[in-house]
Formats: sequence, C-alpha cells, structure tokens
Amino acid sequence: MSATATSTVSSATILPFVEAAARGQRDTRPLRLITCGSVDDGKSTLIGRLLWDTKAVKEDQAATLARDSGKQNDLGLPDFALLLDGLQAEREQGITIDVAYRYFATDRRSFIVADTPGHEQYTRNMATGASTADLAVLLADARAGILEQTRRHATIAALMGIKQFVLAVNKVDLVNYDKAIFEKISHEFREFALALGVRQITAIPMSALKGENVVTAATSAMPWYDGPTLIETLELATARSGQTGGFRLPVQRVSRPGESFRGYQGTVAGGSIKPGDSVVVLPAGTVANVKQIVTFDLVRNAAVSGDAITLVLDRNVDVSRGDLIVSIEGQPMTGKAFDAQIVALQPGGIEPGKRYWLKTGSRRQRVSVEPWSQLELKTGAWAAHAGALAMNAIGKVRLSFEEQAVFDTYEQNRTTGAFILIDPDTLNTVAGGMITARRGELGGLYRGDADGQRVVLSLPADLAEQLMASDLFASRRDETEIRRMTAHEATELFANAGSDI
Amino acid sequence: MPLSVQETEIKNPPVSRPPLDPHLKALENEAIHIFREVAAEFENPVMLYSIGKDSSVLLHLARKAFFPGRLPFPLLHIDTTWKFKEMIEFRDQIAEKYDLDLVVHTNRRGRDENITPFTHGSAFYTDVMKTEALRQALDAGGYDAAFGGARRDEEASRAKERIYSFRTPDHKWDPRNQRPELWNVYNGMVRKGESVRAFPLSNWTEVDIWRYIQAEDIPLVPLYYAAERPYVERDGMMILAADPRLELQPGEEVKHGSIRFRTLGCFPLTGAIRSTASTLDEVISELEIATVSERQGRAIDRDQSGSMEKKKREGYF
Ligand SMILES: Nc1nc2c(ncn2[C@@H]2O[C@H](COP(=O)(O)OP(=O)(O)O)[C@@H](O)[C@H]2O)c(=O)[nH]1
Repeated sequence: MSATATSTVSSATILPFVEAAARGQRDTRPLRLITCGSVDDGKSTLIGRLLWDTKAVKEDQAATLARDSGKQNDLGLPDFALLLDGLQAEREQGITIDVAYRYFATDRRSFIVADTPGHEQYTRNMATGASTADLAVLLADARAGILEQTRRHATIAALMGIKQFVLAVNKVDLVNYDKAIFEKISHEFREFALALGVRQITAIPMSALKGENVVTAATSAMPWYDGPTLIETLELATARSGQTGGFRLPVQRVSRPGESFRGYQGTVAGGSIKPGDSVVVLPAGTVANVKQIVTFDLVRNAAVSGDAITLVLDRNVDVSRGDLIVSIEGQPMTGKAFDAQIVALQPGGIEPGKRYWLKTGSRRQRVSVEPWSQLELKTGAWAAHAGALAMNAIGKVRLSFEEQAVFDTYEQNRTTGAFILIDPDTLNTVAGGMITARRGELGGLYRGDADGQRVVLSLPADLAEQLMASDLFASRRDETEIRRMTAHEATELFANAGSDI
Repeated sequence: MPLSVQETEIKNPPVSRPPLDPHLKALENEAIHIFREVAAEFENPVMLYSIGKDSSVLLHLARKAFFPGRLPFPLLHIDTTWKFKEMIEFRDQIAEKYDLDLVVHTNRRGRDENITPFTHGSAFYTDVMKTEALRQALDAGGYDAAFGGARRDEEASRAKERIYSFRTPDHKWDPRNQRPELWNVYNGMVRKGESVRAFPLSNWTEVDIWRYIQAEDIPLVPLYYAAERPYVERDGMMILAADPRLELQPGEEVKHGSIRFRTLGCFPLTGAIRSTASTLDEVISELEIATVSERQGRAIDRDQSGSMEKKKREGYF
C-alpha cells in the first residue's frame, strides 16, 4: 500500500514518512536506497558511518582496513572509503567507478544501499542504482549548498521513478551548526524537488564525520532541530510504491511436471489475484479464470504484488513465456509504437533506426529506436535531438516494434513500464528505458476522433520542443502527430493546404 | 476445491509453516524469480552445490521455484577429496531425499599428482582442486549458466558483483566491464562458450541466511552446531582432527572442546570457532552479537584483502 502524503508542504522539513508510521503501517520489507553526492561531500563517510554505527562492519574487516591503510581519521575510526571501494582497480585510481551494494540493519528494518559514483560520466551507474531504489539520499556540503551536481542527481533519481528524497546537509559542524544555513539550503532544494514532482522530501542537518543525526540524534549540537535522524527516516520510508493499476503476471515459464498439471510461473508485478478471478492473456487477448494459486508452502487464496507464484487457469489456453497475464479491468497498453525515456549505458551510445533487442519482464522482442529529444543535465531542460544518444545521455525516443508489445507507463508500474535494450552485435545491455505513452496508430493520429477538430501549427523547432516537453503535452502525446521539416517546406505545405481549403 | 497439485507425482510434499516475515519473503521472492528466469533463458544450467549453509538455502529456494516440478537442472559438487566427511554423507542423503541429479567432479590431474593442502600450500591447492576443477566440470558439462550461493555482503569485491555475472569462454570475470543491471530485468544473452554465474542470494546477509534456515526448517550439516570435537591448533586456526590424513607437526597435540564451524570447505583450511551453540536458536543469538565476519575462518581470503577479487578474475567462483 502506498502512503502518499498529500498534506500541504510548508516547512523545510517535511515528515510524510513519520505520518505513515503514525497510522500504524510500518513497512518491514527491506528498503532499497541510493546515495548520491559530489566528490568530497562525504558520501563514503556517511555510508561508513551507517555501517559502523549499525555494527555492520565486523572486527576483522576493520582490522584488514587498518592494516591496508595504516590510516585512521581524527576520531580513531577507520578510513571508510577503503572499506567501501571493493575493487583493486578502484583503489588504484582512488575513485568509485561502479555501483556497489551495501547491507545494514537496525532492529526495525534492513537496508540495501546502492552506492554510486557522482561524476557526470557515471550517470549510467547512477541510473542503474536508482532503478531499484525506493528512496534517494542526496548529499550537499553545508558550505557549498545545492550544486549543479545535486540538481542533476535529483533529476535522474526522479526520472527513474524515485518518489522519496532525503537531503543530507552534511558537514554542518563546519558552519557552526547554523540553522539559517540549513534552512536556506533545504528550502532551495525543496523548491527544486517539488518542481520535479517529488513530494516526499526530508532535509536533515548532519555531520557524517561526527555521526550527528545519522544514527544518533544531535540534540546538544543542534537543539534547534527536532526532526528525525537519517536512520529514523529510513526506517519509516515506504518500499516499492510505484505500482498502481490491475493485476500483472509476466509469465517466466510454463510448468508441466505431469499430464494433469499446467501452471504459469512468474512474479506478480502489480495488483492482486485470487481463485475465480477472470484474467486476459496478452498480447493474444484470450480470457480465462484463475483456478488456483500454487506455491511450495500451500495452495493460497490470494497473491499480491511481489509474490513469486504458479498460476493455474480453468481451461486450456495458449500461454507461453513472455506473455502477460492481466486482470480484465485496467489492462495495460498494447501496440506497436510507444514513447519512452532511455539512459544510454555504453560507449557506443544508441543509434537511431538500429534494431535492438528489447527485454521487459520476461519478454524479448525486436525494436527500433528513434531519439527525438535529449535531457540537458546541466539545466534539466529537454532539447530537440534527433541523432544518436551518446553514453550517459538521457533521451526521449519512439519505439517501433515488429510485433505487438504490451506495456504500462513507468509512472503506473515500475516493472511492466521498464525495459532494457540489448545490442544484437555485442549482446551487451546498452540502455535502460521507461515507457511514457503509447503512440496511436495512423502515424500518431488518434484513431477514435477522425471527425474531431484538429489544429495544425507550424512553429520554430525550439519552441515546439519546449511545448512537447510539458507534462500536458506528454500526457496526450498519443493524440498528436509531429513532422519535422525545413521552414521552406513548412511554408510550402501551408501554402498548399490554404489552396485546398 | 480439488487440489490438482496433489494429483501430480510429488516426491516430497511440502509441510505447512507460518508465513515468513516480509523481509525474508521479499528475499525469497527475488531468489525464486532469478531461478525461474535463468532456467527459462539458458539452455543448459547447473547449480553449484557446496553442501554448506548457503548452498542448502539455495537448494531449498530452487525446490520452491520449480514446485510442483523437479529441478530442471543438475547439481554440481566439486569434490576436492578434502571435504569434511560429514559433508559428503549429508550431500548423498540430500540427493537421495530430494530426488536430485547430482554430478560430482574431482580434478583427476590434481589427485594423481597428489596435490594436497598440506604439501602444496593453500593457494596452489585451491587453484588446482577448486578453480581448475570447476572449469573442467563446467566445460565438460557444456553449461551456459551456473547458479552459485555467493552473497554481496561476504567480501568487498563481491559488493559490485551482478546477479547475472558474465564470464568469458575461459571463465574470466572482468570487473571493469560488467553488464549494467537495471530493475529485475536480466540480460541472459550469451554467445557459444560464454556463460553467466547467477547469484540468487546476492542481497542476503549472513543473518538472513540463518533466519531463513530457522523459519523454513532447512537441514544442515551437523558441523554448523557446536559439539565436543577433537582439534589441533595451527596458524591460529582450530582444525578438526578427525581425518587420518591430518599429520601432527612437532609441538602440536589433539585437544578436545566444544567447537563449531561458521563456513564449511576443505577441513585443513577451515577454522572452527569456540562455541556452545548447539541449536539453531543458539547459533542465531550468538551470531547477532558476533563482531567477526564469517569469512575469517577461511585461509584463502587472508593473504591480502584483494585476494578474493584476484581469485574471481581467474575463475574461482
Ligand atoms: N568536518 C566534517 N568533515 C567531513 C564530514 N563528512 C565528511 N567529511 C570529510 O570530508 C572529506 C571527504 O569525505 P568522503 O567521505 O571521502 O567524501 P566522498 O568523496 O563524498 O566519498 C573527508 O576528509 C571527510 O573526513 C562532516 O560531516 N564533517
């Protein structure tokens, strides 16, 4: 169940997580989070602090650290960066180059941290870490405030569907625990995050180095702060809230252990199901009823999102791996053309018109990709862009399939709205993508309204890009048709259209 | 309502247990998803079975993933011939009980040349009897995917390991060139000769493993529980003194004490800990206050902290 905070947001510190807890719905599933920060903001110190103060670092690991580095910081703690940088190559270069996963737990909950590097050239790593995260911790140095990097990290996190942000205003010990500085930074960040559509924002003043407001509250150093510590915030956050809509079961495999049994195995990707419910098998569209839900432990009377199950239907229908079994109400979109946002992950980038493999859930099919806009990471604005997308670029693209494809929007479902692209030559994963809309057939013209009124505009390309980047436009993208041409061609087109009328 | 599952030939009908807590349930769901995905996408998978607690959990999850069917792949055990005797007995019992296809492989060359942990040193011995043996077995079986029980929290170089870990035709792991892994969408496309190692337990911690063993009542090799056992102290480790091949060195003597093992491997290289935890509950409560990480008992990790990464690059699991 998602706990969306709709209360008015007035102060710099918003506590929607605490609200959820007060309603007695504490979520005890592991929380997945991503930590983002620029170099030297104190990300390693913060994660090290979390692991250390929750006792996830064992004595022998600390001893290895002490032996390897011979270093300790001022407080007699080991050099946390060394603890975290697992690979020799990274140690040699002194930077974190990949996504690393860390684990720690409190009495109330356990946590999986995707620790990703901050530089712009590692946008792809950040996108990877963010793809599974429920919450993002963004670090800012209290002396420097919100930087372009912070904005970029927040933009990518929001794009990847993260709805809960924590702003860690770190190193407050270096600004005399100044309340005004903290409030100014958190206010600025909140404005920015709200504009990205993120409403659950908690800002915390902290010193990762001294461990203040990380795991232990710092009432003496910051008596003016009565909000939660980082760990309290994490304990109360919501796991996996991006699923709305009907039942979804991507079929991974068909189980036929004997003549009398035929079950469809997969992980429920949305909604719930119980025996007797009617379902549709997509893309074929066949209808059947659920006979039973089988798991190893017992024959169950219901299954919900996240459950790995085996579904038995009441009649023999044709179902194979890659199909999607869904509820009759609230079906996903089926079609051959979709709009998506993608992150290019490899040095070769994404080439327009090339045929890639697309994998979503358990389904793999051929697709060609046509980029048309790119996110300017510095400003957060979308700009027209028709060529290839270079590594680390985030672009809006059109997907054209040879066979029927089935998706939800990513906004509605983080499983059935997500996909990866695989290069057929290298077989490497070259992009991660999120579905934003289905494109209507007839080249973008919405099929149902052939007699309705339409307006044909001719605009400068930059203005058109800005209009198309708006939420309003994106939400009705299906109904529009866009052609790019030179000013000269447009003049001619309009002249001809005029003569026809 | 008729239960059609019961109509099929199930060798080991499951028992009813109280539902798992949401945390373990989430980890279980993720692991089952990975098992099914690999089994569906690869032509010839195999599950590496080391008989230890992680392997026992892995096997249990695999049985759940494919229930009510049998496991659609064999188990592979690399037998160095230096495993604890109890491990081999346990392995054979389990294979029988759960109707498993078990493949056991030993490196012939190593055995013929009498390469032992005592005569050749732990590094060389491990390289021949484990790493080389594993490569031989994987090549012989033509497996394109191998499940393993590795966890990311075990060791620093594993923190960046993927769930589908890509390997070249000569089983090499290139940490600089791993495939990105987003959401739970796994890329299972490989060329002939290439393979993946798949790690369904990637996101589990040691405590999770023990809690799950407890919740699901998973049988383990008895060496995990404390008992009075004979041992000798060597290089700061307590080595079990139950195998005639262990020769006492000058000054060494066999002692007796209540000991148990946190991990199980080859007996000459696996150190015991002093413990009185003779039941699962006691092991767990001991663990929750333990401050020493579990791999500490293993001689092969200790040379230098980059040693596991080096072994992995060379094809050690
Ligand atoms: N005074 C102070 N120094 C900090 C704090 N957090 C981190 N640092 C220091 O800032 C430097 C950079 O920290 P580090 O964790 O390596 O940054 P990273 O590059 O973001 O991982 C180190 O010298 C840390 O000791 C803090 O809260 N207060």
